[in-house]
Order: sequence, then C-alpha cells, then structure tokens
Amino acid sequence: MAGVSAWLPFARAAAIGWMPVANGPMPVAPRDHSKRKDELIVLNVSGRRFQTWRTTLDRYPDSLLGSSEKEFFFNEETKEYFFDRDPDSFRSILNFYRTGKLHYPRYECISAYDEELAFFGIIPEIIGDCCYEEYKDRKRENVERLQDDQEENKDLKLPNMTARETMWRAFENPHTSTMALVFYYVTGFFIAISVLTNVVETVPCGTSTQQKEVPCGERYTVAFFCMDTACVMIFTVEYLMRLFAAPSRYHFMRSVMSIIDVVAILPYYIGLVMTDNEDVSGAFVTLRVFRVFRIFKFSRHSQGLRILGYTLKSCASELGFLLFSLTMAIIIFATVMFYAEKGSSSTKFTSIPASFWYTIVTMTTLGYGDMVPKTIAGKIFGSICSLSGVLVIALPVPVIVSNFSRIYHQNQRADKRRAQKVQKARLARIRIAKTGSTNAFLQSKRSGLLDELLELTGTEADEQKLSKSVSLLESQHYHLLYCLEKTTAHEFVDEQAFEQNNLETALQSYTSPSPSPSSSHGESTSTCCGCRARRKNTALPEPDPGPSPGSKPPYHHHHPQRGPLQELSAIHIQCVDPASHKTSRSSLNQKAEDGGRVNCRRGQVTTAIISLQTPPALTPEGDGLHGAPHQRRPPPPPIPPQAPPSIQTMSSSHIVKVSAL
Amino acid sequence: MGLVVGTFSMQTKQVNYRKDKVDDDLEMTMVCHRPEGLGQLEALTNFNKRELQVLYRGFKNECPSGVVNEDTFKQIYSQFFPHGDASPYAHYLFNAFDTEHSGSIKFEDFVTALSILLRGSVREKLQWTFNLYDINHDGYINKEEMTDIVRAIYDMMGKYTYPALKNDSHKQHVEAFFRKMDKNRDGVVTLDEFILSCQEDENIMRSLQLFENVI
Repeated sequence: MAGVSAWLPFARAAAIGWMPVANGPMPVAPRDHSKRKDELIVLNVSGRRFQTWRTTLDRYPDSLLGSSEKEFFFNEETKEYFFDRDPDSFRSILNFYRTGKLHYPRYECISAYDEELAFFGIIPEIIGDCCYEEYKDRKRENVERLQDDQEENKDLKLPNMTARETMWRAFENPHTSTMALVFYYVTGFFIAISVLTNVVETVPCGTSTQQKEVPCGERYTVAFFCMDTACVMIFTVEYLMRLFAAPSRYHFMRSVMSIIDVVAILPYYIGLVMTDNEDVSGAFVTLRVFRVFRIFKFSRHSQGLRILGYTLKSCASELGFLLFSLTMAIIIFATVMFYAEKGSSSTKFTSIPASFWYTIVTMTTLGYGDMVPKTIAGKIFGSICSLSGVLVIALPVPVIVSNFSRIYHQNQRADKRRAQKVQKARLARIRIAKTGSTNAFLQSKRSGLLDELLELTGTEADEQKLSKSVSLLESQHYHLLYCLEKTTAHEFVDEQAFEQNNLETALQSYTSPSPSPSSSHGESTSTCCGCRARRKNTALPEPDPGPSPGSKPPYHHHHPQRGPLQELSAIHIQCVDPASHKTSRSSLNQKAEDGGRVNCRRGQVTTAIISLQTPPALTPEGDGLHGAPHQRRPPPPPIPPQAPPSIQTMSSSHIVKVSAL
Repeated sequence: MGLVVGTFSMQTKQVNYRKDKVDDDLEMTMVCHRPEGLGQLEALTNFNKRELQVLYRGFKNECPSGVVNEDTFKQIYSQFFPHGDASPYAHYLFNAFDTEHSGSIKFEDFVTALSILLRGSVREKLQWTFNLYDINHDGYINKEEMTDIVRAIYDMMGKYTYPALKNDSHKQHVEAFFRKMDKNRDGVVTLDEFILSCQEDENIMRSLQLFENVI
C-alpha cells in the first residue's frame, strides 16, 4: 500500500463520488497540521551520501528509515542521518523505497544482504518476483553448505548416543568409524561375490562323461550352494541389524533399499522351504531370477546410482510421455503394416499384434530383419515408420539428460516438494503482512483511535500522541475507509467476528430488547479487552432487523463514566445534537424519528456488553473501548445510569461502534 | 501419424511473423507521454506549482510511461481497499477520468479531474459526480446505472461486514436514492434534478467539502 501512497489524495478525491449515494454524514477528515514542505533528507552511509524526499521514506513506516527509529542515527552537526553500513547494499534498499520493489543484486553475498535487510527492518519476502528465485536458490545453497559443514563437525561430537543410534549412524555414514568402514567394504565384497556366483553358475564348464555340456552350477552344486548360503547369511544379518538400529522401523521397512534387501534374500529361503517337488521346481527356478536384485544393493555404495534413480523418478512425466507416444505410434504403424502386407503370400505379418514386434524393432532402428515387408506399400510405410521412430524417441531424451545433470550438480532430493513449501511459506508471510494492514484499520477502530484523529485539536499533546500512534498517511487512509463504511451503512469486521455474527444470527431468537444491566451483569463480566468480550458474547439477543429496509447497523454509544465498574449494556443509539443531525439519524436508526429523545432502549439491541474497569483513562488503551474524553467536548458526562436502560449523553457528534465482537 | 504430420507441417516462416508482431507491441508500450508545461497546467487547474510538482512525482513514479491504463488504475485503487474488490468502481472512475475515452489517462486528465474534485465549485463537483454515475453519458441516470454504481461501491466492502451484506442491500439503497433524487418520478434523474436534490441535502453539501485540504 505504501508504494502508492502518493495516490492517496486521488483516492480521497475520488471518494466524492460516493457522497450523493451516502445517506448520512461523513466523519471529519484528519487535518494535516504539519504543513511543512516536502524536504530532502540526506542519508550518509559510510561516507556515501544519498538524498531522497522525506515522503519517499515515509512510505514504509514499519521499517527503520520510515519510522522514528532513524532519529537515533541523526547527526546534529551535519544535519544528516549517518549509518555505518555497506553503501553498496544500501543502494538496493533505498531503491526499494523509491520503486516499491526490492531487488537482490547477484554479486552480493547472501548473508551480508540478509543482515542489511534485517538491520533496516525489511522482510526478505517482499523481494520482487524477478529476483526472488535467485535469492531463494542462493539461500538454500548457503544453508545446505553450512549444514554440510556442521554435519562433519557434528560427527565428532555427540558422545552420549545409545548403541542403537551409533549403529544407525555407522550404517548411514560409513566414514564415521573404522568399524563402519570395514562393514561397508565387507558387504560390498559379498554383494559382488554373490552376483558373480549367479553369473558363473550358468556358464557351461567342461564336458562330463555324458558328452553334453552342463552349466557349472549343476557340476559343482555343493560349492555354489555353500557360497550362496554364506552370502545370504551376511545379507540377512545386515538386514536385521539395520532393522534393529533404524529410528523408525516402520519407515525403514517401507523404504526402497529395505525392500530390495528383502527381495534379494527371499528366494533362498523360499528355496529352502520348498522341497524338490517336480511341480513347484519350475516356479522355484523363476524365483532365482530375483537373486539378480542383489545388484541393486550396490546403490547404497554408489552415489551416482542413487542419483540415477532419483532422476528417473523426477522425470516420470517425461518418461510417461515417451511411453505413451511410442505406444500410439506402434499401434498405428502395426495396423497399417498389417493391412498393407495382408495381400502378399507367406507373409510374417499374420496379425496386428504380430506386427507390433516389427514396428518396435523398426522404430528403435534396430532392424533385426526377421520380419520385412514385401509389398511396395508395406515398404513405403515401413520407411515412414522408421523415420518417425527416430523423431519420437529423440524428443524426450534431452529432457531426461538435463534433469540428470541438474540433480547431479545441485545434489538435491525431493527438490520440488521443498520449493512448494517455501513458496507457500512466502505467500503466507506476505499475506500476513497484508492482513496486518487490513487488521490495522479494524484494530485502530476498536481502540478508539479514530475518534482521536477525527477530532484533532490543535494542542501539542494530541499531536504528539497522534504521531506516536499512527502516521498521518494511515489516518487519512482510515478516514477514507470510514467514509466508505458510512456510505454503505455497513462496517468492516474481521473474519472471526463475521463468523461469530453469522452463528449468532443462526442461533439466537429475537427476544425483547431490554436487558437490564443487572441481568446482564452476570453474563458479561467481560473485561475491557475486546478479545475477551468477543468470546463471552454468545448469550445475547440479536438486533432485530424489523421493518426497516436493509440492515442498518445499530450504533452503540458508550461514554466515559466516572464510576468504577460500570456495566453498560451497549444498546444505546447514537445520541447527537438533535438540531443538526436529525436527518442523518433518521436514516440510520429505525426508531429515531423523534430527534431529541434518546430512548436508547427501544429497538436496536446490540450484542456487546462492555464493562469499564477503570475510570476513564485519558489515553485510549488498546482495548475495545473508547475511553478518552476529548478536550473539545464538554466535561465528560458522568451521568450514572439511574434509569439503567436509558442512558443519555450530552452532545457528542461522533459515533463509536464498539463492534459486536 | 499425427506427430509426423505435425512435424512436417511446421513452417518456420509463420513463427517469424508472429514474433515480429510481438516486438511491435512491446515497442508501442514503451512510448512515453510528456505532459504540458507546468505553467500551462497551473493556468488550467486550480493548483499551484508546488502542488502540481507533488502530484506529478507521485503520478510518474507509479506510471513511468506517463499514462495510466485501466489495469494499472484498478491495481492502484485496489490497494487502498484491501477488504473487498475495488475494480468495478475503479472501472467507472477510470471512465470518468478519461474524458476523451482514449483508454488511458494522461497527467493532464488526472490533474484536471482532481482540480474539479478538490478545488472546484459545488456545481462543478456535482456535475462531475453526475458524469460518473451516468455510465453511458446520455444525460440521464437510470436505475440500472445507479444499481451498477452502488453495487460497485458495496463490492469494495468485501465479504466481512457488520451487519452482513445481503443480496439486495444495494437495491434498497438505490431505491432510497431515487426517492430522494427523482423529483418528477419519471424513473431517471437528470442533471438539474440531481444538482437540486443534492443542494437540498445538508449532509451531501457538507461532505463535498470534506476533502478540501487533501493536497
């Protein structure tokens, strides 16, 4: 908002368009007492002088330069603000005030930049979209690098880990201790042995007496069996130890590596269990195929293999596209070839599925030659098939390759998921900052500051108070929003209050609107704090819309009372000078045709009961009540509520809505 | 097959033409507009030099090209009303500011309108407001136009209001407005009826003076 603060005069002028539509008087505008001209400020940052308008800096009042915090750095002799910071980074910070967009210079070190931002009170989340990705990438790299350094240091520390944790750490990081390293190499060795065994088992070695070549596996059955047993023993022991050491067994069992482990050793045990039955031996043989999965156990030992796996996972969509388009092309071409070759005699293209094999072999440019088209049409379509195959396969491959190199270089895991979280967090923070400004209006309403602003006197005290609490810009903005409320005869509330009101409308019935303070006494005991009043609100009757058109908000008026704990049932309709505001009141209040009378009891019942705990404070606290009497008003009317329901006040021309929270 | 056909039918020439058109569009938006001189503007409006300087600095900051188009206008206006949706009302405002209906507001238009709103006579202000309400500029405000305007104003309130906005809140508002303004009950409000009715209403008169000291 502050970036367009120069347009606030325009927005306020445009508000004149609402005036004829409004049915009531508008609140008084805050006056700008300081009719000082816009002046140049000199900011001396380590010797380099920057100059800018004061209003430029005022655009962001919650930063150092925009608030009164900069007065701490004011140098009386030279009449300038001196900051002992880096002038290069200050350039981008000052540009933020000027343009409203914060940029991140690429040559800058990320931590130095962060420190500067923190010093000047600017949150990094408002870095513009043009530079935000770069900023976040650099920040993440930095954090990871620091983490890596820390981890290396951390490995030497932590003496009090349980045996279980030590073991787990040893498994995950083999370089932490010599035992772990030994274990790492031993398991690697045995994986290699096991794979080699499986391979050699099938090689035919020598002829036996039967003049037939047998594979080595059948010749040296016992030896191979012993080898296999040994390897499986080692793998089983390793798996059980990992299972024991894992911090979360359930997670460990679901992880890919453990599944590979299980699949690698399972065939052996199944083979042990099953006897040499003729029927199942066929199935047993196929189970042996799974022994080859032991080679995947190498991925624990090889970083590159892991990255390959991650790449394939992250390129799932590209791979899927490749598969899908290939399938489409295969079906099309197989159909075409089948019908083209149907005529020729002794053709191999006996059916469309049979043509699939030809299509695949041709599209991948293998060309075995076991199936060839003989007709001219078949040859033409066959050549088209091979050309298109080259194109289709070539398209997704660069994407996969670039993905692999990206992951390999940045060494990130699940990086998309993390980026989404960061984006969400960033949007959440920006939203909080924005709702901060939205809520600021509601809050200042509640704390009654608005009345202060609306009836500024020319005294010093008030002006100081004003400048302390809310800047002129904000006060003008709030006045604008207030005018809008008046025009539409509705008010802004925040989300919770809105929900609450809805609930109340649903739950409450329209009872007689005369809660005497005594009866409400028991219910309310709510304190001055608006928040607490909100929660205790539930048992009160709802305003009765009645015959009036539309929903006009009932206004409470609440006056400062001299007495101690006064319970006010805040049903009071606005009490104003009968002379001046008759017409306005009549349109606002359904029952206020009788201008002078202020029988506040009738009709509009509101839903907040407020109790004053202190005698009216002279400063508005951050509570839900308007407590301060104004100097302009006649002495605060200490009219105790003799007739409790009808409490009159003196003329006070402003309306305080203590919102039905 | 589709892939093959698609591959072969891609013509490079077409791509080039399209790219050129995009470049042309980019160039046009870079064109700058400079306002008339400070002295002339001072004569045309009721502002003095210093005020014009302040106004122009703010204007140029937000719109470096010197003109505001409707989207930027809506964006700027919406920043002041974070609760609801200010774009319908901003749209009507834009049309009221853009007297020549060129689709963009130059600094002169901006400052002329501000001069009327902030420093003009009562009659001028009311005439400007009548122009704002009269969407099709036919000299009459009818119920539909007023309903649109009032709905736009209510949209700025957003969802969370007290009491909750009903679907016909604005319709009743429009009825009340017409009851007040339409003297001869012919269903439309003319400029004279409007000015007359507003002058009779003290509230409106007073609120028109509200923003005198804005600059």
